[in-house]
Amino acid sequence: MGDLAWILISALLVNNFVLTLFLGLCPFFGVTSRVSTAVRLGLANLFVLLLTALCAWFLNRFVLGEAPYLRLIAFIVVIASLVQIVEMAIKKWSPVLFRQLGIYLPLITTNCAILGLAIFQTNRGYGFWQGMAFAVGAGLGLTLALVLMASIRERLDVADVPAVARGTGIVLIIAACLSLAFMGFAGLGSSL
Amino acid sequence: MAAAPAASLEDLTRGLWRENPVLVQMLGLCPTLAVTNSVANGIAMGVATLFVLLGSNVLVASLRTVIPKEVRITSYILIIATFVTTADFTLEALVPRIHAALGPFVALIVVNCIILGRAEAFASRVSVRRAALDAIGMGTGFTMVLLMMSGVREVLGSGTLLGMALFGGRFEPWVIMVLPPGGFLTLGIFLLLLAWRAERRQRVQEA
Amino acid sequence: MTTAHAHPSPAASAPGSGTPSWRLLTILSLSGALAGGLIVSAYRATLPPIEAHRAARVEAAIREVLKLPARWDTLYLDRGALTKRLPDGANPKAVERVFLGFDSNGNPVGAAITAGRPGFADIINLIFGLDPTSGTLLGMKVLTSKETPGLGDKIYRDSGFVRQFRGAVAPLKGVKDVSGKSQSEVAVITGATISSRTVIRIINEATARWQPLLQAYRAKATP
Repeated sequence: MGDLAWILISALLVNNFVLTLFLGLCPFFGVTSRVSTAVRLGLANLFVLLLTALCAWFLNRFVLGEAPYLRLIAFIVVIASLVQIVEMAIKKWSPVLFRQLGIYLPLITTNCAILGLAIFQTNRGYGFWQGMAFAVGAGLGLTLALVLMASIRERLDVADVPAVARGTGIVLIIAACLSLAFMGFAGLGSSL
Repeated sequence: MAAAPAASLEDLTRGLWRENPVLVQMLGLCPTLAVTNSVANGIAMGVATLFVLLGSNVLVASLRTVIPKEVRITSYILIIATFVTTADFTLEALVPRIHAALGPFVALIVVNCIILGRAEAFASRVSVRRAALDAIGMGTGFTMVLLMMSGVREVLGSGTLLGMALFGGRFEPWVIMVLPPGGFLTLGIFLLLLAWRAERRQRVQEA
Repeated sequence: MTTAHAHPSPAASAPGSGTPSWRLLTILSLSGALAGGLIVSAYRATLPPIEAHRAARVEAAIREVLKLPARWDTLYLDRGALTKRLPDGANPKAVERVFLGFDSNGNPVGAAITAGRPGFADIINLIFGLDPTSGTLLGMKVLTSKETPGLGDKIYRDSGFVRQFRGAVAPLKGVKDVSGKSQSEVAVITGATISSRTVIRIINEATARWQPLLQAYRAKATP
């Protein structure tokens, strides 16, 4: 059980997907101007991550054993299909949410965090529950990073940012500070 | 066609600076930050991405009349994934140590927004020749940024360049530069410098 | 992302001129088959050099941790015991193995064992040499590690850390300062305790697992 706890905490804090592993940067820089959008997108990503971990486990276990070289193409096709299905499901069951997420929903396909999760899960040989724990940690970690950045950016809107830094410059500097702060989690879980 | 030569040069150089995929379009950030902790890794990633971009653009442009509009994104993804898998195997066969260092980021070229972006926005609408030139321009621009980033990060963070120690034994490397915060910081400072230069040029023009 | 690429809707975009579904399906299937075929060819073409690299790496690692043995036997784990022969019908890549080294006189010098487990950042894989009779380590080499540069990566960059495994007796005990009273003490790296302790744990677990198997194999071999 400590194994699963470490996998979750590691993906959430110690080796945060965004701030340490550099996965999921497109939404991190593109979608973090408002906290409300950031939360919604983070949770949508978490949902897709869980489904991806499930499918990746299934593919690795039952389908790709004899043909490991088809792994990448299988993963990316599955992810693209998953996102399309999730998009259609949200459109049907919650048109309000669909409108709010807008263009960002199909962009989840090219979010490197999704494919990155599948690849890491495969390389580390995670079983079913480990994969799930990994997806939960990664999704929550992604949401956490998005929300942190969004809250800071909302405050930046009314702050006096130097002209040269306005836009992505200041966001990157802040990301550096956030990443540095997260390095403080380095000793966490050493007793696990 | 009198317009062709000018358009060709434009296609080639657009991606180098004016519409640089990383610094201007803000695409392909994940690999830019992740693999630039050493120059060797940066070059390998740049070359691999250029290869995939070229292959993808050429193929997409060749098949632009054949691929139905409804399934174009899926087709592009299939094409890109094939080239990336090939690049992955080739790197592992030729430079196994660098391939191990790049890790999952070679496979992640598949979701590099630059490649899908160019296929959708450009290659699917122009001739093969123009698409190829565009790919070379964008790929080279991307590699240039990787080189700049990794040059700074490796020299300051490890005290080496391409593995060769530059300073004497007394140099205490600024390790943070090869760690994640250093990646964000380096790119941020580059963007700051670019914005500063643009602002100065504008002030000179207005004066 | 500045280039927006909205997912195309399944319905036709222009009135009355949409592509029929069967055509879409055919084109997608053909593309998929073509893509698969190309990937398989690339895989076949690059397989020989990749396998050669892997074999060379393993060989070099065995030589290093067993201190230049004259030759070695590959022993496979088959139904709870070690044998020289690969079990029938088994996938060579899936069977676990260790390498038993011999010096030029044909005397066994020890076994090279590969093992790994998750460290701080990612999985740490290493190979170490073990003398099964006394439980003494002959050497240790980290094979793959993604530990933090400047901190965790000292498990292979710090030659002092690596060197202390030679001559240490399993099961190892990680300590802050070596008192010299026991051969089992190994100093952990300050600032990289998780990575260091993972290395120690990998070796202890692998030794506990393989030592009895190796001793049983030796007992069977000597009449």
